[in-house]
Amino acid sequence: MKIAVIQFPGSNCDIDLYSALHDVCNADVEYVSHKATSLDGFDAVMLPGGFSYGDYLRAGAIARFANVMPAVIKLANEGKPVFGTCNGFQILTEAGLLPGALKKNDSQKFVCETVPLEVVNNNTLFTTQYQAHERIALPIAHGEGSYYADEKTLDELEANHQVVFRYASENPNGSLRNIAGIVNKRGNVLGMMPHPERAVEALLGSTDGLRLFKSLLENGTVKTEA
Amino acid sequence: MKQAMTPEEIKEKKPYLDWSLSEKEYDYISEKLLHRLPNYTETGLYSAMWSEHCSYKKSKPVLRLFPNKNDRVLQGPGEGAGVVDIDDGQAVVFKAESHNHPSTVEPYQGAATGVGGILRDIFSMGARPIASLDSLHFGELSDAETRMKVDGVVRGIGDYGNCMGIPTVAGETTFDPCYKGNLLVNAMSVGLMDQKNQQEGNASGVGNAVMYVGAKTGRDGIHGATFASADFGSGNESQHSAVQVGDPFMEKLLMEACLELIQDHAEWLVGIQDMGAAGIVSSSAEMASEGNSGMDLDLDLVPQREPGMSAYEIMLSESQERMLLCVKKGHEEDVKKIFDYYDLEVVTIGRITEGHQYVLHHDGQVVCDIPVSTLTDDVLEVESEEKKPQRLIDAEKEANWVPEIDDVAVVYQELLTQPTIADKSWITRQYDSQVRTSTVVGPGSDAGVIRVRGTKKALSMTTDGNGRLVYLNPYVGGKIALVEAASNIIASGALPLAITDCLNYGDPTDPEIFWELHHSIEGMAEACRVFDTPVISGNVSLYNENNGSAIYPTPMVGMVGLIKDAKYVIPSRVQHAGDKLYLVGKTGDDYAGSELQKMMTGDIAGTLADFDLEHVHDYLSRLLQAEQSGLVASAHDLSEGGLAVAAAETVFKTELGLNADFRALDKKQFFSETPGRMLVSVAPENVAAFEEIMQDDAMPAGEVVATQWLEVHLANAELNLPVTQMQKLWEEALPCAMKSKD
Repeated sequence: MKIAVIQFPGSNCDIDLYSALHDVCNADVEYVSHKATSLDGFDAVMLPGGFSYGDYLRAGAIARFANVMPAVIKLANEGKPVFGTCNGFQILTEAGLLPGALKKNDSQKFVCETVPLEVVNNNTLFTTQYQAHERIALPIAHGEGSYYADEKTLDELEANHQVVFRYASENPNGSLRNIAGIVNKRGNVLGMMPHPERAVEALLGSTDGLRLFKSLLENGTVKTEA
Repeated sequence: MKQAMTPEEIKEKKPYLDWSLSEKEYDYISEKLLHRLPNYTETGLYSAMWSEHCSYKKSKPVLRLFPNKNDRVLQGPGEGAGVVDIDDGQAVVFKAESHNHPSTVEPYQGAATGVGGILRDIFSMGARPIASLDSLHFGELSDAETRMKVDGVVRGIGDYGNCMGIPTVAGETTFDPCYKGNLLVNAMSVGLMDQKNQQEGNASGVGNAVMYVGAKTGRDGIHGATFASADFGSGNESQHSAVQVGDPFMEKLLMEACLELIQDHAEWLVGIQDMGAAGIVSSSAEMASEGNSGMDLDLDLVPQREPGMSAYEIMLSESQERMLLCVKKGHEEDVKKIFDYYDLEVVTIGRITEGHQYVLHHDGQVVCDIPVSTLTDDVLEVESEEKKPQRLIDAEKEANWVPEIDDVAVVYQELLTQPTIADKSWITRQYDSQVRTSTVVGPGSDAGVIRVRGTKKALSMTTDGNGRLVYLNPYVGGKIALVEAASNIIASGALPLAITDCLNYGDPTDPEIFWELHHSIEGMAEACRVFDTPVISGNVSLYNENNGSAIYPTPMVGMVGLIKDAKYVIPSRVQHAGDKLYLVGKTGDDYAGSELQKMMTGDIAGTLADFDLEHVHDYLSRLLQAEQSGLVASAHDLSEGGLAVAAAETVFKTELGLNADFRALDKKQFFSETPGRMLVSVAPENVAAFEEIMQDDAMPAGEVVATQWLEVHLANAELNLPVTQMQKLWEEALPCAMKSKD
């Protein structure tokens, strides 16, 4: 499985994703410039955290127009795995690959800490190595992470089991229904505010994020071919 | 237009006095250096380059007291940042810089651009920044304006560093009334590079190109360097035009472009320097001076954000996110391609010339034609008068204050809620401390620790400044500042390598303040020699005054240490029930300048006891040896609040408690702030080996227990306090104070 990590101007968790995949998971991974127009040859794509285009206008609002985005959308429409964390999640909602939007945190402040999460749906490409309703802890680091969607959309997300992660203790940003991460209806596009790539090595304090990447590496190719 | 002022009018009307150039200096420049009257632009350039901020003309004589070499130092003071060998062909690059004046006037932008400036210093050396630290000193939180400033400074640091993707991993924040009208924001950055990529601010080779890269030049920050070298009086607080505005996104692009150029195409590059204080003039003149070259620049080619800027404004603008390169002739287009990819300005604005003249063209005229060295090397050093401060002479006649502790538990709990002691999570949560996934130890410990990817190594880093102690005894306080930093580094399991500093003082033309500067440097320098931690970079911030009242003399020490194997990173919190506690170092009756004194009397006063540096170094070195042998489970340095606060901090945010045996100390000594002490825990199986190494310098002090209680036995008191309740007090104090509506 060959994975692309997209580098937008201002991406800064690109190295984190790359290292988690390359150094820790021994995956086949490559950086791809925002200027690229094709993702042919890649089996999955990941959008890293950071401040693409300086968060000007609104986090992710400009990145959705980057040259590479039509290729990302094409790959998503082919049913291949697309993963976005933090700014990547914001870009996925801006690009319409995921419903809803990320608003400024209720506190109006950036927040960096490790928070408890519930794995709500362990039956996605990205979560099969977790137990259902397992509690894990992952770092968050964002200023605009308050998930918002209208009631109807939220109800649909719940009914379709699209809520994958929920904040399990205090809600750190005011997201509706404590949502921390969602998948699209088809189940191949995951966006989440927490950073699993920051929790893959015991030396750095936690390995709770590792199983997300391992799930994907195990399931990705199989399920997309099905 | 301002240039209409002729050289003769300048001589007569002396506008340079407002730019902090003295008449003596002006006369020296015209009579001895130029043998003619300088024109308007030239006078402006001299005033900026001869400011204390750029020239260190007042502090140089005392800065020479610092050691700045040892076997590991690859670059000492004088470049963008200092460079230290960390083996395997790698080097750590670091520097700290103050941004006190801008942050006082405009807290958010002042702090943000402080971070931006220090990051450029690091990547201009060829290193990728891997961590940021800060040292912040504010007035009291009971003051609404101070709370607004705290909020602005913290957001400024966070927004810039977070967007750049550089983790902020350590720092300190203190509160004292003396910083109310002149707060301190010292930012430190640490970078990592392969030694082969080391760059310098050098421009040489006749015909080579001088290239301008990064953001456009605007009218912001003009005379920031001289602004930083003048004190606040009534009126100056509104000097908004001297404060720059930062754009971290632009800087992120600039960093990636510069590092790509340096790492992949070093052969195209002769030198590189940040356009920091005094903008284009300081970077270009310093580079030409370093290369012993002449330089010819066409200012009409400088990318400008607004029309009608004068030569003077273009040269002195401190617009952010700009860099000056000297590029080998013929590679201008190659370099342009790299910066074009990042949509950055990239323009050849001039060439290296024969001789040593610094020539500027603007609007078809030569607006400056002076020898380079007159800007950089001929600055008149100022001999400063000094006099021992009267308050120190008076204090020596008085007996020191001795606390009377009635109920230890009450004092203890109150101490934990003092803003300087209280949990700083309200601040550090606003900083991304984990981006780049290398943070082994983040904020809230003695030192931040960053692993070096691809090796077993890790780097430990800390900032420490204690103005209170330096105020009471500059020499001893200077020694303590260094010992405190070294203790933090050693607590984490690292060997102290070197330091950077920010020397924050009042008006040096006051002989008492210059005496403070001189004697605190002597104390620091002596401790640097004992710990073999040379000063490799730093800056001086003088004139930190508000309406004639100076801040405490506050030298900030930024220290970096090396951990050879990251598996021996030592946590500051206790790890296992049953581990044995030790108090390393002797405890005396040291209450002058303590947090306890401030809390109980509302002020600090008294004299400091000197201490045996060699002895402290000796046992701390042995402690490090024990740590590197895997004998130490946790180690936490004792600082503000002494043993009492350290004991609490070692169990906060754990599931454990202590049964502490401090029967050798009485209840007031529980709060004493004797320097060079450490609270250490050791697994039972390592006790014998640990004691063998530490001998008399580690006193057995009870053990770690599985219940969350803090049981403390003192000579004349017993305590048994619930950890969770104390932790709650400690955690809620700062957010609660920030929410005050008073």
